[in-house]
Amino acid sequence: MTTPIDAHVHELGMPAFDQRIADAVARSVELGGEKQTTLKAKDLKTDQEVRWCPGCGDYVILNAVQSFLPSLGIAREDMVIVSGIGCSSRFPYYMNTYGMHSIHGRAPAIATGLAASRPELSVWVVTGDGDALSIGGNHLIHTLRRNVNLTILLFNNRIYGLTKGQYSPTSEIGKVTKSTPMGSLDHPFNPVSLALGADATFVGRAMDSDRKGLTDVLRQAAEHQGTALVEIYQNCNIFNDGAFELLKDPLTGTQWTIPLVHGEKLVFGPDGASCVVADGAGGLRIAETNQVEESQIVVHDAHRTDPSYAFALSRLSSQDLRYTPMGVFRSIQKPTYEAMMADQLEDARSGQPADLAGLLAGNDSWTVEA
Amino acid sequence: MSESTPSTEPTTLTQASAPGGLVKSVVQLDRVVIRLAGDSGDGMQLTGNRFTSETASFGNDLSTLPNFPAEIRAPTGTLPGVSSFQLHFADHDIMTPGDAPDVLVVMNPAALKANIADLPGGGLLIADSDEFTARNLAKVGYAENPLEDGSLDGWQLVSVPLTSMTTDALAGSGLGKKEAERSKNMFTLGLLSWMYHRPTEGTIRFLERQFRKKPEIAAANIAAFRAGFNYGETTEAFAVSYEVKPAPMAPGTYRNISGNQALAYGLVAAGQRSGLPVFLGAYPITPASDVLHELSKHKAFGVRTYQAEDEIAGIGAALGASFGGALGITTTSGPGVALKGETIGLAVMTELPLVIVDVQRGGPSTGLPTKTEQSDLLQALFGRNGEAPVPVVAPRSPGDCFDAAIEACRIALTYRTPVFLLSDGYLANGAEPWAVPDVESLPDLRTEFATEPNGPDGEFLPYLRDPETLARPWAVPGTKGLQHRIGGLEKADGTGNISYDPANHDFMTRTRQAKIDGIAASLPPTEVDDPDGDATVAVIGWGSTYGPIGAACRRIRRSGRSIAQVHLRHLNPLPADLGDILRSYDRVVCPEMNLGQLSMLLRAKYLVDVQSHTQVRGLPFRAAELAAVLQDVIDGAATTADPVLSGGQS
Ligand SMILES: Cc1ncc(C[n+]2csc(CCOP(=O)(O)OP(=O)(O)O)c2C)c(N)n1
Ligand code: SF4
Ligand SMILES: [Mg+2]
Repeated sequence: MTTPIDAHVHELGMPAFDQRIADAVARSVELGGEKQTTLKAKDLKTDQEVRWCPGCGDYVILNAVQSFLPSLGIAREDMVIVSGIGCSSRFPYYMNTYGMHSIHGRAPAIATGLAASRPELSVWVVTGDGDALSIGGNHLIHTLRRNVNLTILLFNNRIYGLTKGQYSPTSEIGKVTKSTPMGSLDHPFNPVSLALGADATFVGRAMDSDRKGLTDVLRQAAEHQGTALVEIYQNCNIFNDGAFELLKDPLTGTQWTIPLVHGEKLVFGPDGASCVVADGAGGLRIAETNQVEESQIVVHDAHRTDPSYAFALSRLSSQDLRYTPMGVFRSIQKPTYEAMMADQLEDARSGQPADLAGLLAGNDSWTVEA
Repeated sequence: MSESTPSTEPTTLTQASAPGGLVKSVVQLDRVVIRLAGDSGDGMQLTGNRFTSETASFGNDLSTLPNFPAEIRAPTGTLPGVSSFQLHFADHDIMTPGDAPDVLVVMNPAALKANIADLPGGGLLIADSDEFTARNLAKVGYAENPLEDGSLDGWQLVSVPLTSMTTDALAGSGLGKKEAERSKNMFTLGLLSWMYHRPTEGTIRFLERQFRKKPEIAAANIAAFRAGFNYGETTEAFAVSYEVKPAPMAPGTYRNISGNQALAYGLVAAGQRSGLPVFLGAYPITPASDVLHELSKHKAFGVRTYQAEDEIAGIGAALGASFGGALGITTTSGPGVALKGETIGLAVMTELPLVIVDVQRGGPSTGLPTKTEQSDLLQALFGRNGEAPVPVVAPRSPGDCFDAAIEACRIALTYRTPVFLLSDGYLANGAEPWAVPDVESLPDLRTEFATEPNGPDGEFLPYLRDPETLARPWAVPGTKGLQHRIGGLEKADGTGNISYDPANHDFMTRTRQAKIDGIAASLPPTEVDDPDGDATVAVIGWGSTYGPIGAACRRIRRSGRSIAQVHLRHLNPLPADLGDILRSYDRVVCPEMNLGQLSMLLRAKYLVDVQSHTQVRGLPFRAAELAAVLQDVIDGAATTADPVLSGGQS
């Protein structure tokens, strides 16, 4: 059976400098049997007790991920989950894959080094709104623009959970928390807009409790070559309970959610009463479906090269979550960072064989005779 | 004068007749220190480097001291814009770039003003008279032209119109005046090459290579270089040329190498000798950037270089790569280390190999970006939260950066730990001849990856340690059956699971410390250089002060006194025999380019009354000054009854 690593070896012709890693992997297969690519959800569970608060949205996301991952056909040992710090970032401990629970905000940087040097692995980042957008904001935007092959799951609960409830960079203005008794003053980020501004090649959004929608976005994200950012609305029932109720409640949810389906008209609301049309100034606006020509209604195209359309979509929603598009905003193909890096190494190798003695002696050496 | 034997009276060797019937004599010298000084735009560093290469290939021993401003182009002709390059070369083994120049070449009034105080009386001063215009003189506050007002009578002044001679020489080249003027550094190099009998083919080859795409520029520079050489041969201004014989060196292949280049080569070699891909995550910073530049050229060796968005991402990516089985490296200077601290702590906790290269510069804060200092020692040792021990290795000379880099990688890979490699600006940019090592003689750095479960019940225990090194297994993603999670939270012994257990934390903290302390067992006995064997005073240093301290010791010994020199490569852990060595001397002196960081450490650790001698001028110590300090200590030791452990520490 060909494992992803074998395939990679075959494809690239494993260079000598990566050989010892490949050998170790091959040896483990010799000793432990073939890589197992048909997994069940339970194969991904660990013996560690899950320590989130009862009722936390993180549980449902964990379950969704564990149920969905086996369908990718990737062996457990070929998956790595790197997280930062926060409630959400405890995620790797509960996944029977390789994992690193790193430091606050730095997971994208660490995952980049891993993915760039081991392109055959499936590398995931799990992060929170504070982790990804406050302390780690710089790493996030640079990872996105580089298009490293990572899938980033951003658990947005619009609060700092682990530090017990301070407002976060996605909290709505005026948020009253322990650190903002008179209401927060700073304007929040819209993570999708931010990612699109950084030229992300894949950006999606899903709801923790919507197993089907979440799984659908996760699958597309996982299959994407390059950095995929998935913003997952996650309820923190302790410090920000009901933050997404407007969208979760079946009645209001239908009214305020704009489902994004590639190739389909952006019609939403009870009986499709609302729709998205061009606003004539380069952006988009909400209209009543019966007030516009059918041809005016925007057909969702996640593959547009120009990010402005996806950006305009992301700007439709307000801080209080009315008109929130859910699904895949953008999914385009660009070369990944590690593929380009591997190409450069390959070019260098074929151009000039690695000769250490030659390198050390250089062009201007001289010899002292005995 | 530098550390070497004060030159015997130069001997005139030959009376040679030059074209034009001039009789020129050749004088034999054992050593020369030349300083070239000009505007940042005058190409002094390039000229110095070329002269160095010529000198290296001629076979002299040499040592260099580039000194340039942090500004890329400070306003032309001003004092802050002065850039200089000092080269010491000799027919014997030397250790420093020289305390003061014997010859000073100044390309403009600012260069004269900034450097003349360093030229001892009677020294040779060559000035480009074309640049001593009223405007340039006024810029640096000369009311009169010093080349003409007699104020330089204390030196052997030779005024030469270097600029106009260059443009004259290039008259037919088709280049404009401004462009032609830019070759004046090559004219100067030609003149100096004649004066010191340097081989010229290397420079011509270099210019052809450098300007391959602009043959007319290559031709102009070569023409200027030759014109300068011929001018020396024919002018009456220089009646004497000098010969400095090659230095005796052990048989072998040599090359000229700078510290940053040697350091980068050491990292490439460590990758080859460990069989691991090298991954460098770095953010540009002076004086470390050249390591990034150099490593970026060596992709054929499997070196992946990643210019990150900041220092934190640089080290993060390196650590991520180490998790994946690469030899993770990050290069930076002091301010960058400050940013990397938290990730270094994570590397301590996750016990993964990682090398952090700190090419130190003057601090604090942005400090003196292009000047040297040794003031990050305590930051490297202690600049993290928690008990986070990290081994520290320091090179002693430019060429030694190669071996020190390999040693840092050896420790990182063997003990699965982050390691600091503490170079500095002086080593980074300084150069010396380097005996090219035989690749097969380099240490074998192969370490094993874990490939099967190690637990009693067939499980994998990521924190089950090697009993000898206390290193934990390195199981890379992709390895079947060894999936595990690591991170910054405290680990339970063995399993590596999160643990808040008090006894476990105490145990793990002590174990991490014991692992680093245990490295001392792998170190060779400390070398003590005491040729007379009867020294009562020892001088101890670390890093780039090796040259100046060694040169100072030679002076002391030449004056008939004894002194012992100890130079540390490992700052953490310190060698096991160091306490006994220090205690065996009446007095111990520790010169450092900081305010006494190592001496504080030694005093605290060994209760020895180490005397600190410090200087933070952004420049290496002068051997003569250091010798005077050591002399005073030796004299003091001879007259004090009980000199040991003064201050009631015993
Ligand atoms: C360097 C550093 N600063 C601060 C903290 C404290 N801290 C831990 S988690 C956190 C915020 C986490 O918020 P978020 O990323 O939204 O995660 P959540 O807990 O909400 O899932 C903070 C400030 C830390 N661990 N490290
Ligand atoms: S504090 Fe909030 S986010 Fe954290 S575990 Fe509890 S419910 Fe979940
Ligand atoms: Mg949060």
